[in-house]
Amino acid sequence: MSGFDIDNVALLARLRLEGAERERLGKDLETIIRYIDQLDQLDTARVEPTSHVIPIQNVLREDEETRPFASSDYLNMAPSEKRNHYEVPKII
Amino acid sequence: MKYETVIGLEVHTQMKTRTKIFCACSTEFGRTANENTCPICLGMPGVLPVLNKRALELAVRACLATHCTINPLSRFDRKNYFYPDLPKGYQISQFSLPIGEYGHIDLPANGNSRRIGLRRIHMEEDAGKLIHGENLGQPDKSYVDFNRTGIPLIEIVSEPDLRSPEEARDYLNRLKSILQYAGVSDCDMEKGSLRCDANISLRPVGQKEFGIRTELKNLNSFKFVQKAIEIEVQRQTRILDQGDRVVQETRLYDADRNETFSMRSKEEAHDYRYFPEPDLVPVVVEATWLEEIRRSIPELPDQKRERFVRDYQIPEYDAEVLTSSRALADYYEQSVSLGAGAKTASNWIMGELLRELNNDERDIESCPVAPAALAEMVQLVENGTLSGKMAKTVFEEMYRTGKPAKQIVADQGLIQISDRTAIEKMIDEIIAANPGQTEEYRAGKVKLMAFFVGQTMKASKGKANPQIVNEVLKEKLG
Ligand SMILES: [Zn+2]
Repeated sequence: MSGFDIDNVALLARLRLEGAERERLGKDLETIIRYIDQLDQLDTARVEPTSHVIPIQNVLREDEETRPFASSDYLNMAPSEKRNHYEVPKII
Repeated sequence: MKYETVIGLEVHTQMKTRTKIFCACSTEFGRTANENTCPICLGMPGVLPVLNKRALELAVRACLATHCTINPLSRFDRKNYFYPDLPKGYQISQFSLPIGEYGHIDLPANGNSRRIGLRRIHMEEDAGKLIHGENLGQPDKSYVDFNRTGIPLIEIVSEPDLRSPEEARDYLNRLKSILQYAGVSDCDMEKGSLRCDANISLRPVGQKEFGIRTELKNLNSFKFVQKAIEIEVQRQTRILDQGDRVVQETRLYDADRNETFSMRSKEEAHDYRYFPEPDLVPVVVEATWLEEIRRSIPELPDQKRERFVRDYQIPEYDAEVLTSSRALADYYEQSVSLGAGAKTASNWIMGELLRELNNDERDIESCPVAPAALAEMVQLVENGTLSGKMAKTVFEEMYRTGKPAKQIVADQGLIQISDRTAIEKMIDEIIAANPGQTEEYRAGKVKLMAFFVGQTMKASKGKANPQIVNEVLKEKLG
């Protein structure tokens, strides 16, 4: 990963990082990325790309409806709900 | 300068399943908000999505029906972004290994068809629906309904092969009809089961490189797609004519003002940070299952059109119109199998029937005239009981009241007079009553024939067989 930009990462993750925290996390992330970057030194030309860590495929379910809980169970857990809707701060 | 329009379409369509793509929630439309939700589609921690087999099958069907190559191994990826209609903070989609690629759709155009390439078809889950607080008297809030979250979609991405707004509309109609035929989707725009984004750019005629494109988002009706593209093409033409550059951006269409506007802010260079979805395992469509799916696909529009031309001996154009939807094609075939002549039935359906339906903005499924009723009426025309003109009156009445043709004919005494002696007697009287016109006609003013035909039709209250009237008039006046 080149041109690592802590501010962009924070923006994409919707995190507000300021001052010392921004500084510290930026350094941490850079170290992590440099560590992972070691993988680039390996020759993977003859390695199949990994699609999944477990070698299984085609886990499928039938198209049949079940309903484990009532919708009010979830709505009641929300910080705010109104008329069966989840209430969130205004989105432009 | 003359520009060439270059359009590519991205179509999202809902697949016809009972349950969502990764959980067992119902997909039924019109339920109470958030009724169709569970821990999986609400993105609760620790849940595990599992792919709906039917959704996979329908996606494969869509690929086969559009001549796509099915990828031997396909998998899901996470598309990461934050928005309140996306409870997990990512959408499960397919990025690097979609289910199908490299397909095409042929657009029939005046006999020679245009082939539009399909870049890819991939599966993904839909997001929820946001309601802005203004509508509920809470302008500082938004409200979320997750019923659509996890609805199974396929996204069908065309190559930039479309060259005009009309062609884009034709492509959409064709795609819709193929997906409906193949049983993949209802493609009902009102219910949100078909949505379209368009990539549009212009380039000087003859230039190979593409111009800078804009993306028009959320075109939610077939009518709007064409109009929105037209307006965007005009806008880009103005910019290029002034020597300016088009800005690459996402724009929205405002139907009320008939203009497109920039989405600005939110579109700061997308970075979705796709990565393989670890909760779902790869998909391999086995050869035997693939064959099974292939065999289960019914006759598609192209095949049906060819068969109609061959079996019913109707013109290519008729076959094209009649096979534009599966329901219309079924209607036609039923009418013919119930005794209507192939070409006569085609004329009536393409003429009167579709005109009435268009006027009422109804589709063939809710046509008040059943195929059997149309067949009966067509037979009355073919055996001479009704003239073409009378039949139009009868048809209007059938459409309006749902009564059968024979009853309307009986009620209104609409039987065509084909009795030659009766017509001769009428004409004798007309000639006797109009000596001036008769003399002029015989002196060479042949245009007066129309006058005599008119008089005869009037005397017979429109019921005289026009062919016999013509014959007798020529004989008597000649
Ligand atoms: Zn669910």
